[in-house]
Amino acid sequence: MTDASLNTASTQTGEAGFGDYFALLKPRVMTLVVFTALVGLLAAPVSVHPVVGFAAILFIAVGGGASGALNMWWDADIDAVMKRTARRPIPSGKVTGDEAFGIGMTLSAFSVVFLALATNWVAAGLLAFTIFFYVVIYSMWLKRWTPQNIVIGGAAGAFPPMIGWAAATGTVSIESVLMFALIFMWTPPHFWALALFMRSDYDEAGVPMLTVTHGRRSTRVHILVYTILLAALAIGTGFTAVGGPIYLAVAVVLNVMFLIGAVRIWRRDEVMAEADNYATEKKVFRLSLYYLFAHFGAIALEAGLAPFGFGGW
Amino acid sequence: MSFRQEHELHKRRFGRNLGLGVILAGLVALVFGLTVVKVSNDDFSVETQVSGGQN
Repeated sequence: MTDASLNTASTQTGEAGFGDYFALLKPRVMTLVVFTALVGLLAAPVSVHPVVGFAAILFIAVGGGASGALNMWWDADIDAVMKRTARRPIPSGKVTGDEAFGIGMTLSAFSVVFLALATNWVAAGLLAFTIFFYVVIYSMWLKRWTPQNIVIGGAAGAFPPMIGWAAATGTVSIESVLMFALIFMWTPPHFWALALFMRSDYDEAGVPMLTVTHGRRSTRVHILVYTILLAALAIGTGFTAVGGPIYLAVAVVLNVMFLIGAVRIWRRDEVMAEADNYATEKKVFRLSLYYLFAHFGAIALEAGLAPFGFGGW
Repeated sequence: MSFRQEHELHKRRFGRNLGLGVILAGLVALVFGLTVVKVSNDDFSVETQVSGGQN
């Protein structure tokens, strides 16, 4: 290609900037992965050298980003239809599907091998399984097939604290499984609240969200049931080794708030929701973000205070 | 005056190359840091006294 040819009108396509490739890694999802993996690493009863800990979190984040790129490669057709995702790098024409696939596969292999070298093969194996679960089980299989896609697929997002814990200890234990369960149970009410007020997106894309297949009344009931189960789990975790008085106080307050929100969603119908532009559903969705951040923040705080004689039971 | 006109495309390519360069440099630094930490670990320390016979 000569410079002369670059001065034609069609030079904007096919030449992605660095930020476009970075966007393939779903940076916003990556922040959640980094945060929860870090808490898993800090909560572990084994001290890790800061350089090794930094490397472990970085490689877990890269692995999470790689699975995001592979998800975008596979779901480019759906993303192009949905308003929320239409500006992603592939549907907007900045990055080709083949490029996303190449980047995703390369970074997947890179992150797993480097996590193994930096820490251990248990953590690396869990990371590899997480990538496989998110891309193959969730994106390729469940997402377009069953309305339970969010429930089972939520496991992919729940693995990072378990990987962080395994990076420090080399094992899987009840504490790390509880942290996994917390995110696993939190994901359905979080996404269903989103699906209630982003209805047209999922309808048009043909993704079998619960709102599309079982109706919105059923989705409201599901949110309440999952929130009750989540509250029991979250408060129960407060009495285990990763919990403590601070965590328990945070869990009780936030779960009461989340339960009140879920009951309000359950009591509303579509007429009421449309009248105030889904204000309650949006409020519960926002609360769910703070909910997860505060629970894991409290676990980290308990672990951080333990060396000073505080934190934990 | 430059002979080659600077196009927006060149800036984007430069940004991409710079980004990749920074990442690679960071990776080299990280692997070096990890190596230092790993070889400083007790697992790699050389025993001062060798017990048992030689050969």
